[in-house]
Amino acid sequence: MTATVFTNARIVDPSRDLDETGTVIVANGKIQAAGADARNQGAPDGAEIIDCAGKLIVPGLVDSRVFIGEPGAEHRETIASASHAAAAGGVTSIIMMPDTDPVIDDPALVEFVLRAARDTAVVNVHPAAAVTKALAGREMTEFGLLRQSGAVAFTEGRRTIANPVTVRRALTYARDFGALIALETQDADLAAGGVMNEGLYASWLGLPGIPREAEVIPLERDLRLARLTGGSYHAAKISTAISAEAVGRAKNDGASVTAGVSINHLALNEIDVGEYRTFFRLSPPLRAEEDRLAMVQALRDGTIDIISSSHDPQDVDTKRLPFADAATGAIGLETLLAVSLRLHHNGDVPLMRLIEALSTAPARLFGLPGGTLAPGAPADLALVDPGYPWIVQEADIRSRSKNTCFEGARLQGKVLQTMVAGRTVFQA
Amino acid sequence: MSHTATFPLFPHRHLLGIQGLSAEDIELLLDRADAAVAISRQPEKKTGTLRGRTQINLFYEASTRTQSSFELAGKRMGADVMNMAVGSSSVKKGETLIDTAMTLNAMRPDILIIRHASAGAAALLAQKVGCSVVNAGDGAHEHPTQALLDALTIRRARGPLGKLTVAICGDVLHSRVARSNIVLLNALGARVRVVGPSTLMPAGIERMGVQPFTSMKDGLKGADVVMMLRLQRERMAGAFVPSVREYFRYYGLDAEKLKLAKDDALVMHPGPMNRGVEIASEIADGPQSVIEEQVEMGVAVRMAVMEALLDPRRNAEAAQ
Repeated sequence: MTATVFTNARIVDPSRDLDETGTVIVANGKIQAAGADARNQGAPDGAEIIDCAGKLIVPGLVDSRVFIGEPGAEHRETIASASHAAAAGGVTSIIMMPDTDPVIDDPALVEFVLRAARDTAVVNVHPAAAVTKALAGREMTEFGLLRQSGAVAFTEGRRTIANPVTVRRALTYARDFGALIALETQDADLAAGGVMNEGLYASWLGLPGIPREAEVIPLERDLRLARLTGGSYHAAKISTAISAEAVGRAKNDGASVTAGVSINHLALNEIDVGEYRTFFRLSPPLRAEEDRLAMVQALRDGTIDIISSSHDPQDVDTKRLPFADAATGAIGLETLLAVSLRLHHNGDVPLMRLIEALSTAPARLFGLPGGTLAPGAPADLALVDPGYPWIVQEADIRSRSKNTCFEGARLQGKVLQTMVAGRTVFQA
Repeated sequence: MSHTATFPLFPHRHLLGIQGLSAEDIELLLDRADAAVAISRQPEKKTGTLRGRTQINLFYEASTRTQSSFELAGKRMGADVMNMAVGSSSVKKGETLIDTAMTLNAMRPDILIIRHASAGAAALLAQKVGCSVVNAGDGAHEHPTQALLDALTIRRARGPLGKLTVAICGDVLHSRVARSNIVLLNALGARVRVVGPSTLMPAGIERMGVQPFTSMKDGLKGADVVMMLRLQRERMAGAFVPSVREYFRYYGLDAEKLKLAKDDALVMHPGPMNRGVEIASEIADGPQSVIEEQVEMGVAVRMAVMEALLDPRRNAEAAQ
């Protein structure tokens, strides 16, 4: 395999708390060295030398929440198309949600995904398996066998498990296998019929609201069950200030819990829905500006551990409808890093913390090999021009679906090159 | 109306809601509607101002009253009016709103009147078609011609709305009529109160430019206009209020509660009424009720709206 040497790069590697100008040497698919001290190690024979001119090199992003249409809805997204979108966004590992058709609740499906990924994907694709069979919220799936076949975590995807006994058993049983349970929470009855954040904006639009309590009540339940069982629980997509408080309390009490937030809930709020723009219909719904600010604060102080894209491709047939009839979800793989960099550019979150939440922390949490530029690690990295201004345009989107919340948005920061295991999978 | 040119040009292509209209826009439509009332009271009711124009009524929710009001308004002005039978057409077979819109658009109508159960449906349609769109009710969002006809009824009975106190009573949460009226009455400077049980009030109501009350006694005190809202049957039994009899006892408009308002307070209802639920029969048929006038004003307002949207001066502008 060829070798590559990136010289004159600003290297930000949260796994070693390293932010310095230096050289990254990639050989045989692995990081040979990365840092100021790599400058005088010399280049491997025949290495391609890339002068980064001070641009940024970070460990490739690890996106823990990616919905893909394969199997079952390949017209929205395939594993291959999602992987190309990921590569263009500097994302080198994705964790794929199990709400496909059929549901990933059986080792054979995990193997199918891994095979399809091996044959067609350009980034690392890790399936997460369902917590319950067919995502029906009743019988547990085979955590042991699923893990053995390659499932990296267990989640119900978009669904919330209604029965607390099921959550309790899953957390208890998963503990024996060292498996992580990652759940979104939304009480089906409190949220029934709701399509956007409850409040003044929904009231003026005449849209039924979803109260914050619909998220935090089942979340509090799960956090208590995590404490009770000692199982590892990840609150996958919190959106409200009171949810962040609940997670913070559980962490202080010593529970084995972590939290994630989607980039949409860090960057947008309910006002972005505007005049019924269905691309902004998300689950959980975009909340008030106070909630968004609380998400940013919780990310900065570590209450929230990781950021995901919550990439959710939807087609015109599910989005070109009246707001209340449209599906939830937005794509996000390609814009994840650039939108996150907004928080760095405006001084809300330090760059090191951002990259940690986008790469190092999710890799660690889900037990994946990436998220670091330490010598010996797989050479999963992104070369980024953090100041490059660009405008998101539908025509440039690689994802099969175009339902982005950032169409026409002016972003600052562009991925120039993405490498997975030393192989360049994207070049701007 | 041969005197079209005496009214200023209405500066909007669609009427999707009261939100976004200025006080002048609203007054203009009310002035035009006043003129239309006169026409409707003549023996010869046809004006011909919309002759050759095509009006399509696209009602996804059944509404005999509003649909026939729009139909009559169009016909009085000489338009060709087509009612799309949504219940029996391809719409029922799963065709989306947008596909239906594109199909209708290809028939080159001049104006589309839409009623739909989803908030925002009229705005969505307006983005996709080349003609004017009138929102005849979209979910719990807006019903602008209803608010206009209510304002016309009040103005004709009591003069300018600026000095009046209007109490809107009942199911504000699910009511597009309430939302449109709140916006319109605020635009014209009226004092707006809403009265109803808290389970039927939208979140943030206190920031919607109204004074909220949970008791009719306080809410009706000194009101110039009492506007009752319809309570949908499915919301009566246990879901939002415990029972019809409890609702009528506390929020139904009867003689005793009406006494709290001004002696000559107007009683209004957008219809269809649930007698004995939100309003007592004796009040609905009583001397203070202007419910029948509201129906008459409905036709006039819809004539005014369609004529203002299809103002021939707009075409002249476009042609230049």
